[in-house]
Parts: sequence; C-alpha cells; structure tokens
Amino acid sequence: MTQLEELVRQSEVKAAPPPAPPGGDDIDEIPLYAARRKIYPQSVQGTFRRIKWIVLLVTLGIYYILPFVRWDRGPNAPSQAVLIDFPNRRFYFFFIELWPQEVYYLTGLLILAAIGLFLMNALAGRVWCGYLCPQTVWTDLYMAIERFTEGDRREHMKRESQPWTVETYARKGAKHFLWLMVAWWTGGAWVLYFADAPTLVKDLATGNAPFVAYAWIGILTVTTYTLAGHMREQVCLYMCPWPRIQAALTDEYALNVTYRYDRGEPRMSAKKAEQLKAQGERVGDCVDCLQCVHVCPTGIDIRQGSQLGCIQCGLCIDACNTIMAKLGRPRNLIAYDTDLNIKERLEGRPSTYKPIRWRTALYAAIIAVAGGIMIYTLATRGSEGISVIHDRNPMFVRLSDGSLRNGYTIRIVNKQLKSRDFVIAVDGLPSTLIDFVGLPPRADGRQLVAVGPDQTKEVRILVTDYSNTPPAASTSVLFSLIDVNSGEVAQVRDHFFGPEGK
Amino acid sequence: MAEEHKQIDALTGTATTGHEWDGLRELNTPLPRWWLWTFYLTIIWSIGYWVVYPAWPLVTNATQGLFGYHSRAAVVEDINALHAMRGPMMQQLATASTAEIAASPQLIDFARAQGRVAFADNCAPCHGAGGGGAKGYPNLNDDDWLWGGKLADIEQTIRYGVRSGNDKGHQGNMPPFKDVLKPAEMSSVADYVRSLSGLSTEAGVDLKAGQKVFADNCAVCHGDAGKGNREVGAPNLTDKIWLYGSDKATIVQGLQQGRGGVMPVWEGRLSEPAIKALAVYVYGFGGGEK
Repeated sequence: MTQLEELVRQSEVKAAPPPAPPGGDDIDEIPLYAARRKIYPQSVQGTFRRIKWIVLLVTLGIYYILPFVRWDRGPNAPSQAVLIDFPNRRFYFFFIELWPQEVYYLTGLLILAAIGLFLMNALAGRVWCGYLCPQTVWTDLYMAIERFTEGDRREHMKRESQPWTVETYARKGAKHFLWLMVAWWTGGAWVLYFADAPTLVKDLATGNAPFVAYAWIGILTVTTYTLAGHMREQVCLYMCPWPRIQAALTDEYALNVTYRYDRGEPRMSAKKAEQLKAQGERVGDCVDCLQCVHVCPTGIDIRQGSQLGCIQCGLCIDACNTIMAKLGRPRNLIAYDTDLNIKERLEGRPSTYKPIRWRTALYAAIIAVAGGIMIYTLATRGSEGISVIHDRNPMFVRLSDGSLRNGYTIRIVNKQLKSRDFVIAVDGLPSTLIDFVGLPPRADGRQLVAVGPDQTKEVRILVTDYSNTPPAASTSVLFSLIDVNSGEVAQVRDHFFGPEGK
Repeated sequence: MAEEHKQIDALTGTATTGHEWDGLRELNTPLPRWWLWTFYLTIIWSIGYWVVYPAWPLVTNATQGLFGYHSRAAVVEDINALHAMRGPMMQQLATASTAEIAASPQLIDFARAQGRVAFADNCAPCHGAGGGGAKGYPNLNDDDWLWGGKLADIEQTIRYGVRSGNDKGHQGNMPPFKDVLKPAEMSSVADYVRSLSGLSTEAGVDLKAGQKVFADNCAVCHGDAGKGNREVGAPNLTDKIWLYGSDKATIVQGLQQGRGGVMPVWEGRLSEPAIKALAVYVYGFGGGEK
C-alpha cells in the first residue's frame, strides 16, 4: 500500500466518525420514532452566500411583482402580462396567448424543465437544490427572519437552553408573525396570477373576492409556513424525490460541493499542526472547527462525502474559506470539485473539469431541439385552427343511391378578436359533397361558417362520396379551413371510411 | 434471542436490529417522529369527520352529524337546481313545435343536447349509440325512411310507435307468403327483387316469372315499380338499403314468415320536451328530409 492510498483509506474512515446511537448507549432502548435534530444554521458571508441572496431577491421579486406587470393586448383582452384565465380557458404570457388546444406547449415546457435539470446536474450537481428550488429560497428567507428575531446560532441556542423569559416569547412571537406575513403574502401573490391583479387586490381587501381566492391564500399560507418554517430540510430528506433521482443521474465528472480530504486530512488544531510540521510530519488543513457543519441549512457534515442531505448551496465553502483566510491557509479546502479530481491529484495528475461531454452535449441538443420546435411552432401558428373528429358509430352510412357518407364533428378556432367567416373544403375523394347539419346556405348560395371573436364553434358535417367506385376501407382526406376574407388556411388530415373489401 | 446480537455498526455508528443474513446486518433507523404526528393528526381529523358528518351506523339509522349533511338531500338539491336552470328552456321545448324548435338557434342547440341524452337512454339499445341501426332496426343516418323523414314524421313515429297497438301509430304488415306462394315462386320473386336494386341474380333465372309473382302479390304494397309505400311502411325495393339484408336467403325468409318490426309508443313514457328534442336530434343525424 502506497502512502497515498493509506492516506485515502484513513481519510475515508475518519470522514465518518461514528456518532452516538440515538437513545444513548443502551442500544435496547432505541426509540421507535426519532425526534428531529433541531438545526440552528449560523449566518455566513462569502461568494456563495452573496449569490444566494441575489437569486433569492430576483426569484421572489419576480414571483411577487409579476402579476402587476401590464401588457396591452387591445380591447376586450386582459392587459395582464402573465395570466392564467381559467373561466375563459386562456393562458397569457406576455406576447404569447395559449388556448386549451395548445396545452402541448406545457409538455414541451416540462421536457425543457426536466432536461434542463439534468443538464444542471451534469455540469454542477444539485445547483437547483442549492439556489433555485422554492423550498430552498423560502427556507432561506425564513432562516434570515429567524436570525433577525431570535439571534444567530449561538444566541438562539443559548436562549433556548435557558429558562424562557418574556423576551424569548416576544422574539418567538415576532418570528412567527413575520413568517406568517411572508406565507400570507406568498398565497396572496399566487391567486393574483389567476385574475386581474389590481382588481383582485381591491376585492380581497374589501371582502368581495370569490371564496376560492381566500381558500387558496389560506392553503398557500399554511403550506408555506409549514414547509419553510417547520419542515425545512425534512422536505429535502423525506419528501423530495430529486435527491434519489439525482443520485442515479450523476457521474464522476459533475461538480459537487466536495471536501478535499487529500488536503484536509489528517485534521488537527493549528497549534499541533505547527509542531508536527516542524518535525517534518504530514499535516492536513482541516482544523475541525465545525464551521462547515454549523452553517449548513440541512445540518450535515460535508466532510463525510457527497450525501443525500447535501443541497450543494456552497455555504460551507464560504464558512471554510473564512477560516482558511484567518489561518493564512489557501482557500477552497471545501469547493465545487469532483471526487475524481481528488483521486487524480492524489496520484499526481492535474485536476480537470470537462463541461463538454457526451452527456452534456446530448442534454443541450435535446433542449435545443425541443426549444427550437416550440419557438418555431409558436412563431408560425395561425390565428385559426381546425380539429376533426370522425363519427364512430356508425363509421359510414350507405345512402339509397349506393353512395357512401361519413360524418365528422369539426371544431373551428378563431383566435382573432373579430368575427370571421370560414369555408371548409375536403380533398382526397373522387367526388364529394359536403352537408352542414343544421346550417342552411346563405342567400348567395355559399355555405359559410361564422365564428365569433376569440371563440370556437363546433359544426357537424356530412361528407358524401358520389363516385361510382366505392373507396377503400380507409381513404386519407384533407380538411381545409379557409378564411374567406384573408385567405388564411388551416389544414388537418383525417380518414374517410367505407365497407372493407367491397 | 436476537436481542443479544444487537450491536453498534462500526461504520455508521447506528445500532443494528440484531437481524443478520449472510453477514449483512440490518440497521435500526427509527422513523422520524413528525411521521408519527402526521398519523395522529389524521386520527384527530377523522374524529372531526365523525362529529360533523353522518358516520356511525346504528340499529335502524346512523349518526346524523352536526352539518345535517345527507347525500340523498344533496342529490335532490342538485337535481332541483338543474331543473330550475333548465326550466324556461324546457317550457319552450314543450310548447314550441318541432319546426319552430329547428328554426330557433338557441332552442335547437338545447334540443340537440337534450335529445342526445334521451337517445342514449331510450333509443340506442335498438338503433345503436349513433343511430346506425342494426338488422331489422333502421339506420337513422341514411336517407331511406319507411314512414317519412320530415321533422313532423319523425316526431309522429317516436310519439306513437310502429305496430305498437296505438291507434295513431303506424300500421302495416308484410304478411307471410309461406302458404300462398310455392317455393319456386318465392325463389323467382326474390331474384326479381334483387334485380330491382341492381343486385346480381342467379344464372338462368326467369325474371319474367318473378315479375309476374311480384305484380300479383307484392305490388299492392310495394308499388308496381317496387318503390315502396310509406302509408303502410312498405320499403323501397329499388334502393341500396336493406333493412334485413339483401342476400337471397334473407329475402326468401322474409317472404316465408313476413316482416313486422315493432317500435314502442313513447308518448306518456317520455316527457313532451324529450319527444320533441329526440325528433330534432334524430333529424340531425343527417337522414332528415326537407
């Protein structure tokens, strides 16, 4: 065994110092249910903390302010930039207006979100968890409120260990009040996405809003208060599936918040390190100050290696760097790095970071393709649409003169804010005649379908094939919807059925 | 005893349960306590349920609950609300004629919606979910009508039925010719009838003989040219639509035993608006005549 291998082995064993078993030394008295170990995360300053504050301000800023952003869509259309209009079944996102028929864009968005998460993970581990996840963002805000009202880690712990005074209760009361205010406003902002925000705010204040609005504010208030205030890291540990999925997706090239045990071990106090160093012995940079543990919002010890509880927020990096700076040692004893790199360095090779790999290239390609398709279809979609449902019972009807007839239910979509007249044409059969059920021809003999502004209309049409050669069991036909004024065309394919083999 | 083998796992520091399989030991990791509290919370929630909603079965009844909630009452309430909502339109359906309904854009949509449900409940078992019919049960989508396909005709048929025993219902039977015609005559007339609608006939058949049998026995109802007669519901034999089938055996069978499908009377069984809605809905299948 080489000296380095021995060092790695030692560090691995040391990286997991056996904690005391729950329930004390008597292992027969292990409780059936483990109480939560309360975490008092300490405040910290540094690069990653600063990034987290910025992300928190930006994301929460967007969430709370977005409903009030206006977007002029002309008369008879809502002027809210982002609006989920359930009663009228419309979704507005700035210049994009989506109808229920276009809900597949949601599928595209979900694909982009999933692959985006995979790409993030392949590049830099769980940065989503550490910076962007709503659970992290709100918990971070709640912890800031807690430190503001109850004091930082030491003060908070000290106060809780001593008999509670009026001040303790006052501070706790203030904390829960502020928490509830944030939770309440979180629920309030949520409902604003579903109705005109300024009007709804007024209605909410005067008690005129619909009950469902108050109910949702209540639900969101309770969940925010519970999840961000009380559940915190337990959501990540017990409820969230992503740590499990992420563990299966990650590889040795992805960056992780990593304790560089090759540099940190063996741990010892700064004083002892000086002595041993003088004697020419090998010493590590870790002084076991536990700052990385104290600042951790999930209460883990990063020196035990990458683990489920680590959300990779990087606060331990900031904490460790502060200590290293004080000791005059190099920074980044804990850093975004990979286990692979540590092994490489132990074996004397330089560490590398390869962001471009087959995996990341594939993820990026999927994102580009899915995103490209979405942008293309959004940019080229027309303001009219047609969907066709073939009658299923009966599939076809034979008329008295022997010709065949198929029935279709056609839904016409008019996305423009004015009424439009359409004609419907069917191509693909030798000789066809179209009947509109219950829709008499106009005075000029044309059979037009009028569809009101921003509306859909359903018509049933009967397509008869008068050719003497009966069509095969199934013939592909093309339905064209034509705006008689603008000439705009929307098309969709369907089938014309006949008796099989005759 | 397994108890004696309990120990602390060196690597994790967690106690083991004492269970061991091929050297693999099971760690004793207790469930989190919030999990337990969640469980207690659901129990408390259920107690609230017992109190406010009907819950406990008693000997002849059940506990009623503080809310006075009753699922039966809730259904009745919903139905009453529905009737109240539809009331004005239903009233119009009841008083307007089918022609008036068909001419009114609001009424026709309402009538079709009502008719769709009534059709599925009452007519679909014989005529098919989409009115496609079956052997012996007319297809309501095609343009062939035994008793007339105008709105008023359809309403009349629905209201009083066919061979239903009602005085106002359609009457007219195809009698059995088993004892009237000889087998050879039936065979030749069947071939003749097939030839009327352009179907193939057996080689060497004397169509003239069949025509004579037809003129003597069938033309009184089906007409000299075989075009049928709606007064007695005699089908048009020259078109491509065959209620019972167009093969010779089926035609001969019809000759032997006669035909006479029955449609029941719906007046009295269905409400006035429902009958009119059905007429409008069936007319809209696409076979309705102007």
